[in-house]
Formats: sequence, C-alpha cells, structure tokens
Amino acid sequence: MSVANKRLEVVGQVRRRVDGRGKTTGQAYFADDLALPRMVQCKLLRSPMPHAIIESIDVARAAKYPGVHLVLTGKDFPVPFGIMPVSLDEYALAPERVRHVGDPVAAVIARDEQTALEAIELIEVKYRPLPTIASPEEALAHPETRIHDYGEQGNIHRNQAYEFGDVEEALAKSDYVFEDTFFYQGNTHLPMEQQASLAAVEGDGKLTLSTSTQNPHYLHRQLARVLQMPASQIRVIATPNGGGFGGKCDPANHEMVVSKAALLLGRPVKICLTREEVFYQHRGRHPVLMKFRTGVTKDGKLTGMHLQTLLDGGGYGSHGPASTFYTGVLTPVTYDLPRFKFDACRVFTNKPPCGPKRGHGTPQPRFGQEVQLDKIAEKLGLDPAELRLNMVTKPNSLTANWLKIGSTGLAECIRKVVEISGWKEKYKKLPEGRGVGLACSAYMCGAGVSIYWNKMPHSGVQLLLDRSGQVTVLCGATEIGQGSDDVLAAIVAEVLGISTLDVRVLTGDTGLTPIDLGSYSSRVTVMMGNAAMQAAERVRERIAAAAAEQLGTLPERVILSQGRVFAAEDTNKAMSFVEAVALAEAKFGTLGSVGSYSPPKAPGKYKGAGVGPSPAYSFSACVVEAEVDPKTGWITVPKIWIAHDIGRAINPVHVRGQVIGGVYMGLGEALMEEQAFRRLPEKLSNALVHKMPSMLEYKSLTSLDMPEVEVALIEEPDPNCPFGAKEAGQGPLLPVMPAVANAVFDAVGVRIDEVPITPDKVLVALEKKAKGEAPRVGPESFPPVPYPQPTFVLPPWEGGDGDELKSADGKPLRRAKKEIAIL
Amino acid sequence: MKTPAPRNVHVCLRVNGEEQQVSFAPYKTLLEVLREDLNLTGTKHGCELGECGACAVLIDGEPVLSCLVLALECEGRCIETVEGLASGTKLHPLQAAFADRGGSQCGYCTSGMLMTAKALLDHEPNPSRERIKEAIAGNICRCTGYNQIVEAIESAAVELREVGK
Repeated sequence: MSVANKRLEVVGQVRRRVDGRGKTTGQAYFADDLALPRMVQCKLLRSPMPHAIIESIDVARAAKYPGVHLVLTGKDFPVPFGIMPVSLDEYALAPERVRHVGDPVAAVIARDEQTALEAIELIEVKYRPLPTIASPEEALAHPETRIHDYGEQGNIHRNQAYEFGDVEEALAKSDYVFEDTFFYQGNTHLPMEQQASLAAVEGDGKLTLSTSTQNPHYLHRQLARVLQMPASQIRVIATPNGGGFGGKCDPANHEMVVSKAALLLGRPVKICLTREEVFYQHRGRHPVLMKFRTGVTKDGKLTGMHLQTLLDGGGYGSHGPASTFYTGVLTPVTYDLPRFKFDACRVFTNKPPCGPKRGHGTPQPRFGQEVQLDKIAEKLGLDPAELRLNMVTKPNSLTANWLKIGSTGLAECIRKVVEISGWKEKYKKLPEGRGVGLACSAYMCGAGVSIYWNKMPHSGVQLLLDRSGQVTVLCGATEIGQGSDDVLAAIVAEVLGISTLDVRVLTGDTGLTPIDLGSYSSRVTVMMGNAAMQAAERVRERIAAAAAEQLGTLPERVILSQGRVFAAEDTNKAMSFVEAVALAEAKFGTLGSVGSYSPPKAPGKYKGAGVGPSPAYSFSACVVEAEVDPKTGWITVPKIWIAHDIGRAINPVHVRGQVIGGVYMGLGEALMEEQAFRRLPEKLSNALVHKMPSMLEYKSLTSLDMPEVEVALIEEPDPNCPFGAKEAGQGPLLPVMPAVANAVFDAVGVRIDEVPITPDKVLVALEKKAKGEAPRVGPESFPPVPYPQPTFVLPPWEGGDGDELKSADGKPLRRAKKEIAIL
Repeated sequence: MKTPAPRNVHVCLRVNGEEQQVSFAPYKTLLEVLREDLNLTGTKHGCELGECGACAVLIDGEPVLSCLVLALECEGRCIETVEGLASGTKLHPLQAAFADRGGSQCGYCTSGMLMTAKALLDHEPNPSRERIKEAIAGNICRCTGYNQIVEAIESAAVELREVGK
C-alpha cells in the first residue's frame, strides 16, 4: 500500500515534540552549557570606533598577563570570509580597518573569563579615525568615503534593476497611479541565547567546533577557508539554538577565533558573547526605504508596479546580495500583477552588518505593498478584503517575474480570517479610537538555489536500523526551536508505521550527518522532509519485502502501522515492527538507507532568476484590532486573527506555536523594536553608536503586551511538499506590521507609513489631522539612486521565454521588438 | 600591578534539597556558581543584567534572578532549580504541560519560565489568566508569543489542583 494513500497516524496528530522533554528538564545542552577538561576562555576586544584605520596594536602587556595563554590579532587571520561567495569581506579579527563599533580587533584566551577581560584592557590599539557614514543618504552623497574597496561604485554594495514588461506603459494606461514612500526601520533578532562556541582538537587530531549556528554546513566551508585546512579535518556541531530567527546564519568571527586558538593551543577554547556583543554581531533586519508606484483600474485590479528600495546594509556584505533581491522578488506572489519593475540598492554604512531576519528582505516591501493596498481600497471605496480576494494569484500559475506558484490557499485564508475576526461587523464600524486592519502575505518554502553554486542535493537524510528495532535518523538540519527534529522524526515514523518515540534523531553535525544546507529560508520541512520520506520509503520497501515472505503475502500488500507489520488482506497475519526489521536484516544484510532532495528547476532563465523560486509558497492573511489613545498616541492591540496556508500541519500544536511566534515578532517590529543609532558628541569621539545594546533598552513585547492570537490553519496539501506540508516559521510574521498600520488608520484616520509605529508618530499625525494637513507620518521623499539600466524580461503572458531580451551583440534590450514580442 | 585575586570562599548551599559544599570566588553570582561550580546548566542566562528572566530560580520559594544574587548570600537558604522539578523521571505537571502544549520552542527561556510559574502556582493554585501573564512578565520569550506558555500554566494548574484534592 502506497504511503500517499495511507491513513495518517503520526502526521497531523498533536504530539509532544521529540525534544520537548529535554527542554523542560534542563537537558537540552546549548553551546554555553558545554565544558571540557583543560578548557580555557576567550574574550574579544571590539572597536569603539565606527570607522578607523588600525595604525598599531600592542599586545605585549596582555600576552604577559598571568593566566593568559594566547593573544590573537588580525595578522593571525589573513584569509577573509563571508556567507556569500560574492561578498567575502570579513576577517575574523580586523587586520587594518574597523567598519563599525563592535568590530572585533583582538582576542585573548586565558584561564577564565575574568582573566581574559582583565588582559583585554591591556591591549593598546591606535586608531586613525575616518569619516563615518550613518545612513544610505550619506553613503550615496559621500562616495569618496569608501567603507569597502569592492562593490558597484562608491559605497554601493549591490545595485539591481529588473523590468518584467513595460511598466511605464502599464501605469500610463491605468485609471489611477498610487505613489507612496515607506520606511521600515532595522531591528534585531534578539534570540534569548547569546551565541557561544566551544572548539577542541579531539584525540584523533581533528578539530571539532560546537556552536550555536543555524547553518553548520556553510560555517564548515568557511572555517576550512579561514583556517586553511581540509574540511574533512573539521567537524561542526550545531548545538540546539536558543532561538535563531536568522541571527545565527552567518559564519561569525568568534567561531573562527576559538577554532584557531584551539588549534594553536591544543586545548579546548570557549567563548560566549555578552548580550551587548550580540547586538554588534546583529545581521538583523535591514532598514529599507521604499517607493511604490502602482497602477490600478477603477474596479481594483493591479496593472503594474514600479518598486524602488534602498537598503542600509551596515559595515559588511553578509547575506546582502540575497537581501537586496528579496526586497523585490516575492512582491508579485500574492496578487495578479501583469507588469513589475523593481530597482534595489544596498549600501554600506558604519553600523553592525544587516542580514537575514525572519522573512529576509520581504517584510519591508510587504509592509509598503499592503499599506498601499489599504489606501487604494479607501480611494476606490472598496472593502480591503474584497479588493484582495478579487486579485489573488491562481494555483499553478507564473508571476510576471517567472516564479512558479503551485498550490495557494490565500483566498481561503482571506475568507477565513474575515469570518473569525468579524471583519464585516468591525471594519469602519468600530467607535472612534478603535479599528481593524487587514493584510496578507506569501513566503517561500525554501530557497530554490543554494548559497554557493553546485549541483548537489539541498538536503540529505540517512536512516540506520538494526535487529533491536531501533531507528536512527541522521540529517544536517538544525533544531533552532522551530521543531525540525520533530518534523524529521514524524515523517520517518509515519512511513515506517511507528511512533516518534521509537525514533532517535541526530541532526546538525557535519561529522556524522548527511549535508543539509541549514535552517534558513523556511526550507527545512520541505527539503529535509522530502529527503526523509525518500530514505524511509527505501528502507520500508526492504522491511515489507522481508515481512511479505514470512506472512505469505505480496510486498505491496504489507502494511506498517502502529508498530505492527501485517498483511492487508488478513490482519492476523502479523508481526511486530522489531521482528520485521530483524527479518529484513537477515535477508538484505545491515539495514540503512539514504534519501536526498533537490528543488525543481525554476522556469526563469534570466540572470538573477535564482532568487525567489521555491518548491512551494505559503500564504497568510491577518486581521489586527487596535485601540489608539488620542491623548498619548499609545496603541493597544487586544486581539489578532491569522489564517495560514500550511498545506498540512505535521504537528498542529507546534504549527500553531510557530504562527503565534511569528505574529509576536511581527507585532514587536510593528510597535517598538528598533535597532537605532546615534552619534556621540564631538568631544566624545563623534562615534556612531548603538542607542540601546541591552534588553532593557531594546523594547520587546512581554506577556502583558501580547494579545491573544486566534489561528486558523488552512490545509490544502501541496504536491511538492512532504505529506503536503509547507512552512510556518516565517510567513505568518509578514502580514502583521501592515495590518497594524491599517488598523491604526481605521481607528483614528492617520497613516503611519513607517515601522515601528510608535506613539510619538501617532501624535504627530493626529496633530496634522487636527490642523487639516495630510494626516500622515512617513518619509517625504526618496533620494536619487543611480540604479542601473534594468534587465528586461517579458512576462509569461506577453510571449516571453523566461530569459532577458538581448540584442545580437549580447547587450540588454530595453524593450522587445514587436516580432520578438509576438513569439 | 594587579591586586591578587580574592581567595575562594567555602559555602554550604542547599540546592534542590541536597546540601552542596562549594568553593568559589566571592564575587560570583548564584547563576555562575550553579552553572560553573555545580554543573547545573539547566539555569540559563540571557543578559546577566537582570533584564530577561532566563536565570530565574527559587530562593526560599520566591522567584529571583540568579544573575543578580551573590552566591555568598545564599548560604543556608533553599535554592530550587529546573533540575529539581521532576520526581525521578516523572515530569512535574508544569514540565509536561510545557512539553505537550507548545510552551517551549527553543527551550532557552523555559527553565526560568517554569520556576517562575512554579512559584506562582505554589502560592496561588488557581490564578486567573491575567495573574499568570503578570507573574511571567519579567521572563522574556522570543519564540512562542506567550499564548501557549500561558495555556500550559493554566493546564498544569488544573492538574496540580486535581492532585491536591
């Protein structure tokens, strides 16, 4: 009996997650919980300057300090690294220049943390300050102050432009063109666990690094590069992450430093960042300025959109090239958009580097897009829910930028959230000061292309079984709290007809587990899950074949269910799972199997088409209710409703947890979270410093601020996904911020076109409203950005083949010649 | 030249009902002594400044932030940590409820949450939802959005009251 037709016994059931017990008994061992004999401690000296040349570093006094074993500086790390092959711009310790406050310049390894801290004070660094760049506008205005000597020009790190169909023509033919600018402030992941790492040379002479990383595989490659060692001599173990949210995706300076120190000292070296250092490590949400020009028909259909984004990248490349793409590419996934153009530019500034945070580059344009749609609905006199329902993208369709949408539950999400929130009774009907806002989103279920170019699988799973009946599943995927270990166990258990309690899970260990690219881009359930299904089905075939002989039936009539193996025609012909495994081991030899997964090839062929494609897209629709105090501007959110297109919930209690957790993080971004900077006064160095590198100052929602969230899961199984299951980790965050902004408008009639939506902004907007001015707070203009000539690609419905249009000499064509367009 | 490091103090701590003789530098916090000298790493740290609640333990039944307490001050007092919650291999109802109802995702804030919740239920066996939210307002969780934590505490409270009958 095929697995696909089987009644599900594990998938879809509410279960205790496999790591649930250990996490409540203190037995989940995070990186800083580890200790080894002869272990010494590492501390980093970080730059107090935002931008400076290091003229000299004198470590003599620190090196001689009692209890100090080793002092390292930039000269010990001649090889640069970075998560993306096109941006290898970081050094473990800065060799000659620092680019933000907190950039590490030296390391002390000592008998304990206290000694290391005392010795670090003895290191003398002479800095020659350089002019600092605080914002993208300054970066564009001062190309002569270069933060890096690579990039597109001046301080522009990445600069991209794409046009899918003639957008100006589409706008010209529209009944209305809406032009809006928005700003999305940067914010940080704030995982509860501060990053920690423990490096040791093992008895076999090989290096092991246990570390709080989401992506052990990418870290493994970068470690080999920086340490100039064969990767086969290095083992990276991703310890359970005490929250990641994207903040532990980049290979980090401290991971390189303790590895090098362990190799030099021949003893274990550990580091744990302080909370302040976690703010400097950052890699969080890019601040993004956006301009949307959107054409609509009078009955509320989109005709075309020109989106421009400007990203504040901070001091290093990080995931920046991908982040830049993501401020545009997923925009057309939610609603029919015949033509689309987007220009995106990322600049360097002297602040901690930005990178991937939950939603990676997409929350910012979603905010703008969904608030603008609210304005469009207002202007056209349409209900915002109806406006959206009338233009959701269709299943099995292509977008203007050649993304393949498979299944979609967006329409059902909108209908459901309208129903459970009582939208129709509330929208425009609540008393002054109270309102509701609606917004939607879509997200990827895994990036279709790896961070480095290769033709190998994105995820691998290995299964080991033996006569004891034990089933061990190994995969490089990383448990960061999202429940990936439980998904892995559930899929294997479902196929083999056993319980998740019968499965031993071993993940995130480059020395033992097959490669999985990591916990990012919401890829794990789909990619690891498909690999796990393949591995489990392969070993199931052997078990069924061996059992069939004993049961006197055909292998295809053997059923594995609830720890029993029996014949479909006669359930008395049965044996235990353990007996069946022993028979299979006798018949086939030592039992095991592997499975792997590579995403389907994307239809887009133009250069850059690799960012955005995914095996499936998840969809969400959200309604936020808000109360706004007109005297203080204070916003209270009593309740949030969200419907999420999950495909199928592997474990409903934890899917619900992911959805609420996403809503929580989105609400924090909407109302208060802010990675903000200020310049110190001239007499105090004029340095550009983080305003609030502490949990007290960086505001996040407490249990008292967090409303009840009512979650509806829309289950339309997607054929590309294991048992139909899509992602839940990132998508549900995205509609929250615009839904809050739209609710504030419904409540008090002011537009806050900026995130976070803080009381001071609400008050300013209310004052403007009282004076009869435009009741809006948000960016007033968009600076001139030297975007390149766009790559021009015809949308599928205009006869394109997914490739960019080029003239005979290979130069990009602005526009199709008529005869080409007809093809 | 640096002043010599202060000599270790030798203290008898009562942790999870067991007396522990432990020697440590006098400036060490209870958090550090639990984790580094007693190997009780179940208690976590998220800031070491009293801002996050991850390090909450009970001293004489009251929740305190162990990063703000000198271990030296704890002599003769009753310290409870997450390692003392279960009876043998049987989980405390709070632990079981957190594991079953989504109260724990990454698990990093969980120990502090559990101890804070235990103190609440020890004092108030039937707290309202608002009281639960107040009690854990000093414990930051970045994963769950708190809804399922509150539900888990409510469910454990019901079970504990049943047991108490």
